[in-house]
Amino acid sequence: MTDEIESLTPRHFGLRDRFSKSRAPFSEMRRRWRARKIDDEVWDELEETLLLADVGPATTADLLDSVRAGISKDSLADGISEVLAQAITDRLRANASDRSLNFSTGTTNVWLLVGVNGVGKTTTTAKLAAREQAAGRTVLLAAADTFRAAAAEQLSIWGEQLGIEVVRGQDRGDPGAVAFDAAQSALARHFDLVIVDTAGRLHNKKNLMEELAKVSRVVQRTAAPLSEVLLVLDATTGQNGLAQAREFVASAGVTGVVLTKVDGTAKGGIVLAIESELGVPVKLLGIGESVEDLVVFDPEEFAAALVE
Amino acid sequence: MFDALSDRFDGIFRRLRSRGKLSDNDVEEVAREIRRALLEADVNVRVVKDFVARIKERATGSEVAQSLSPAQQVIKIVHEELVVTLGGATGQLTVAPKPPSVIVLAGLQGAGKTTAAAKLAHHLEKHDNKRVLLVAADRQRPAAVEQLQVLGESIGIPVFTADATPETVATQGCREAERLGRNVVIIDTAGRLQIDIDLMEELNRLCAAVKPDDILLVLDSMTGQAAVDVAETFHAQVPLTGLVLTKLDGDARGGAALSVKEVTGLPILFAGIGETTNDFEAFHPDRMASRILGMGDALTLIEKAEAAFDAETTARAQERMAEGLFTLEDFLEQMQQVRKMGPLSSIMGMLPGVPKELRQAEVDEDQLGSIEAIIFSMTPAERQDPSIINGQRRRRIAMGSGTTTQAVNGLLKQFTMMRQMMRQMQQPKSRHKGGKGRRGKGIDMTGINLPRPPSA
Repeated sequence: MTDEIESLTPRHFGLRDRFSKSRAPFSEMRRRWRARKIDDEVWDELEETLLLADVGPATTADLLDSVRAGISKDSLADGISEVLAQAITDRLRANASDRSLNFSTGTTNVWLLVGVNGVGKTTTTAKLAAREQAAGRTVLLAAADTFRAAAAEQLSIWGEQLGIEVVRGQDRGDPGAVAFDAAQSALARHFDLVIVDTAGRLHNKKNLMEELAKVSRVVQRTAAPLSEVLLVLDATTGQNGLAQAREFVASAGVTGVVLTKVDGTAKGGIVLAIESELGVPVKLLGIGESVEDLVVFDPEEFAAALVE
Repeated sequence: MFDALSDRFDGIFRRLRSRGKLSDNDVEEVAREIRRALLEADVNVRVVKDFVARIKERATGSEVAQSLSPAQQVIKIVHEELVVTLGGATGQLTVAPKPPSVIVLAGLQGAGKTTAAAKLAHHLEKHDNKRVLLVAADRQRPAAVEQLQVLGESIGIPVFTADATPETVATQGCREAERLGRNVVIIDTAGRLQIDIDLMEELNRLCAAVKPDDILLVLDSMTGQAAVDVAETFHAQVPLTGLVLTKLDGDARGGAALSVKEVTGLPILFAGIGETTNDFEAFHPDRMASRILGMGDALTLIEKAEAAFDAETTARAQERMAEGLFTLEDFLEQMQQVRKMGPLSSIMGMLPGVPKELRQAEVDEDQLGSIEAIIFSMTPAERQDPSIINGQRRRRIAMGSGTTTQAVNGLLKQFTMMRQMMRQMQQPKSRHKGGKGRRGKGIDMTGINLPRPPSA
């Protein structure tokens, strides 16, 4: 039944379903809250819900304060989670009105994917390429992860499956050179887009972050505009996500976040803090294993999932 | 965060000291701060609840009220509880009565299983004289097999794989190990979400087929609240025997380790701590406890300081400080004692109370060396009384130490400033003698501007 509805709205597909696991205790909670005044226990449960979604203690306190300020003392607990969801949605909307990916028409654009190890950069690169290809753009992939064993191999396999050419370099070679070659080649052949996959790096490693800054500088030396630098963030990441984003914004000039591996238990609540503190909007969600499972970030839906 | 935590504790307990007794409100306030610190460290909400309840019980006890420094005492209790929870049963890999011993690595996508498999293999060969066969049973992720093969080649450990189901690959791998006379088999499996029923069943079948001696859950130390659910679901599906914590070279506090330990009771066996195959070690509960609290390796530092500091030298220096007679010679001695504790950069990292910027600054060890050289180039009289150093002496010292007169001036200026600060600090501090003061003065280097600012 739900399958049918969801197939009609491909943009939303699956997300709610994937959150269903954590919905059960919530509906139970809601039943207990019927016709009950908002007491400490209700606040505690709301707090716990947000904390469990990795929203973090500071943002959680902030959100609950804003909800508290917006309701009268005698309100009933029934609709409280909707009020909370609305507060989150409002906050997300205020952060960014436009969450589409930047693209300058009439030239070759470069999108760079960055992030710590194991967040799903290579998979996201492939998914993104498939998505853009389906939208009618000509895409070239650049395997600039020359560090991890077989990373270029992994992207090449994806490229083969998708029928997209992959530019590779020497193992342990200069990632900047791979990105540069790919951009030049795409410019010469009038491709619309080059998507560059980079090696995972922990944000507290200075030399590796410097290397990334260099990749971005090298790309900017070509005629192709670097129109997106996407930070790939694993939804299971906790409070460290903010530190990651801070460093990648500083070194690589991140323009958007892709939240990957979103599922029933990993909700990625840390992006609220990332958006508020750094002003970098979440643009895409990765919600599954297959190539199509990359969807546009929808604030309302995200907020609803967060409080459920 | 530790700084914030200890500052707030200090605030709470300062009020307390005037009243002399812990009120229920005080305890609540302390508990709230601990809770917040643990949540910031990604410890699961529910685990935090139980944990804080335990702390509260101990904090109301007499050991805190009677201690000279209740704030430090509470932190010590939290730390102790963390170590107990994280450590507990010390874990060891099972050795099969009839080789090979079979180890299966499981976990979410991107936790670092393939890297951990290679690192663990390398670790066992290097430290335990094992002969390992790696088995690539991740047939899901493109090029996962190639990744393990490349890693295996780099550490000279054979990698087995076959074009078959993961279960079959694993079974054949174990047989292959027997044939090759390898005594440990490490099976790398595909990453899977704990809610993916099909894949969890596949893992179950694989384990049923090879009957592993150990099933290790590989967990990313950056994991947030979901860690509990991940561990519980994996544990319910296959009988896990331990944990491997990865990416500890990042700066995540790693509260997930505590959550998982608490809910599963499984020992944390190993930690991945860097980019190369060598960066893998046995897990240290005490270090992890300090890390979760954000207190650096404060306890390790105290131990190191105790080991390195010659009590007599320190006592003499303190007396001289108290008398305002601190000379460049004392300064040199102090500096050498600090250096005995290890590279300055790691000491800075371990010091609680050192501002974050300073801790992350790259300490220039060469600069320390040149300070030593400058002092060594002075005559004893100059070291006793730097005020006699005139232009000529300055040039001689600069030449003798291979530095410049500016460097000599810089050092003298810093030293004078430091001495002034010590005099100022001396008056109010002379009240406490012994234990606490010793640590404070002995390694207080705040007056010396050694590290470069991070931006430079």
